Amino acid sequence: MSSARKQTNSLPTLEKVPTGIQGLDEITGGGLPKGRPTLVYGSAGSGKTLMGMEFLVRGITEYNEPGVFMSFEETEGELTSNVGSLGFDLKSLVASKKLLIDHVVVDRSEIEETGEYDLEGLFVRLNSAIDSVKAKRVVLDTIEVLYSGLSNTGIIRAELRRLFRWIKDKGVTTIVTGERGGETALTRHGLEEYVSDCVIFLDTRIREELSTRRLRIVKYRGSAHATNEFPFLIDEDGISVLPVTEVRLEYPASNERVPTGIPALDVMLGGKGYLEGSSILVSGMVGTGKTSLTAHFVDAACRRGQRCLYLAFEEAPEQIMRNMRSIGIDLQPWVKKGLLQFHATRVSEQGLEKHLLSIQRETAKAQPAIVVLDAITDFGTTGTAVEVRQMVLRLVDFFKARGISTLFTSMSNRADLEETGVGLSSAFDTWIHMSNVQGDLERNRTLVIVKSRGMAHSNQVREFVLTDRGVELVDIYAGAGGAFMGTARLAQMAADEAADSALREGVASRERQIEAKGRALEARIAAMRSEFEAEAKESEIVLAGERARGRVLAEATKTLGKHRGAERTARRRRAKE
Amino acid sequence: MNETEAPEYGKTEPAEEWKLRLFVTDWTPRCVVAYRNLKQICHDHIENKCDIEVVDVLEHPDLARQEQIVAIPTLFKTWPKPERVLVGDFSKVADVLRALDVPRWLDG
Repeated sequence: MSSARKQTNSLPTLEKVPTGIQGLDEITGGGLPKGRPTLVYGSAGSGKTLMGMEFLVRGITEYNEPGVFMSFEETEGELTSNVGSLGFDLKSLVASKKLLIDHVVVDRSEIEETGEYDLEGLFVRLNSAIDSVKAKRVVLDTIEVLYSGLSNTGIIRAELRRLFRWIKDKGVTTIVTGERGGETALTRHGLEEYVSDCVIFLDTRIREELSTRRLRIVKYRGSAHATNEFPFLIDEDGISVLPVTEVRLEYPASNERVPTGIPALDVMLGGKGYLEGSSILVSGMVGTGKTSLTAHFVDAACRRGQRCLYLAFEEAPEQIMRNMRSIGIDLQPWVKKGLLQFHATRVSEQGLEKHLLSIQRETAKAQPAIVVLDAITDFGTTGTAVEVRQMVLRLVDFFKARGISTLFTSMSNRADLEETGVGLSSAFDTWIHMSNVQGDLERNRTLVIVKSRGMAHSNQVREFVLTDRGVELVDIYAGAGGAFMGTARLAQMAADEAADSALREGVASRERQIEAKGRALEARIAAMRSEFEAEAKESEIVLAGERARGRVLAEATKTLGKHRGAERTARRRRAKE
Repeated sequence: MNETEAPEYGKTEPAEEWKLRLFVTDWTPRCVVAYRNLKQICHDHIENKCDIEVVDVLEHPDLARQEQIVAIPTLFKTWPKPERVLVGDFSKVADVLRALDVPRWLDG
């Protein structure tokens, strides 16, 4: 409502056409400029043709906008089979007169140039193609081929300029593809010179045998757009561009709580558990009980009838379920009921982007209230720290935007707390750290809440005990000799109990002694006081005599002074006369 | 040029009509110039034995697609063999004659 009002008040904004390509419309703020050409360039195999084709196919299937694909390289048959693997059925689209593919062949070896000419033939073909299917969208892929088919570059340049103007007049939203150029120009033949409204760059990089595709909006005249590089994927559903973050930081902030499945932990978290829709990090070294904590969470959610998605990157679902049965948690029934879904993948199988996408897909399919990702640290093997960071950020955003409570586990190599968060602690609302404390003869597990946004939470380190009835949290025993856990705690508690009773006995006798000593002291004090009182009486008498003598003496001195004063005044009077 | 095919060409009577197909878009000035130039070349070098079929692609866009017409004017020489494709307004006469293999048949 408000945005519509805004538009009528302000200057006419650039109208956009949604491409229907997942993610692209988000980062372009609505799609491509309507009725204008957009340049998509990149090196061979960067996905230009596919992007063009998906733009047309989505246009037809989702927006009822027929399209024309003018191919300068591939034949209709080649195109059809190339995009068939992506689930695009070009044949039926062509048959239903929604799509027209025109393969343009310009073969220099066959053509003799004998004077002036123009490319009116191309215009005629494009025009009739547009009219025959009532196309709203056009793709020219790759029109630069004209430069190798014809020798008069002056004519081609002039005609291309005319063509792009003609496209604007015709009002068809067009993608023009181009080969990536050298140092001086974006494209090999400077197509960017004619297409000035929107320019998109596609790039492919190969690192450690996994290729990552990236997309960047180089230019978008009159429109705010994201300038970052965005990873994108080509898979059986076409292209998906993955915005690093959800662009806007608007999450449905819930005050509802989700029980952790461990009552004692709920108590530590302000009595109720995690915040609904928040992101939770459970970090710790190997064997600290992260998965057990997770299993409790999942089990409790399923008991409430909520759907859970468990993304396992470390262990097979069967293994997880077997291990959890040993601590009394049976997840199998929830899987059977369809409340719990496991999705296990090897991290090394695919690049980070692909993982991200498959996670998003699985989430969309499962519609869970709770997602577990075990463990984010596994991604460190496929990407750099920065890439893993971005990936986790994207995931956190993705789940938050959908109000899904997410529990990430993170495996640390060192006990060091700061190492465990993948430098990401700010992305998480609640961070629970688990560690192993090795004593004389045993290792014990501890749990501490490092942080938990939006709630009062315990700062105590708790001992984390795995029983056959699940996890129990025990207060660490703090005695006079230090903190004790495990059997040491039990031993110390018994020892302290014994020591206590001995101490109590000792104290009683000491008290009796002191009491006696106190009484003796009292007696001595009384004796000393009476001695003192006698002495004080004696001194009082002496003092009284002394005082009387002093008074007489003072009186005498005064009288003497008076006399001396009279003499002195008499002497002065005489001297004056 | 493939020498072994030469006897094939020899079978063609020079007197036979040349089959030419000229693709234009309406009668734009350039197309008019091209047509005139072509007629002149026919008159001067091909003994006026030219059958010029003019195709307006504006009226037959499907034909333009089918025949892979991009540039206008485009000329197809379908007879005598070999088939040739020429684009331009035929102002460069020497180029046109060479492209049509005219010297070989008539001037040569």
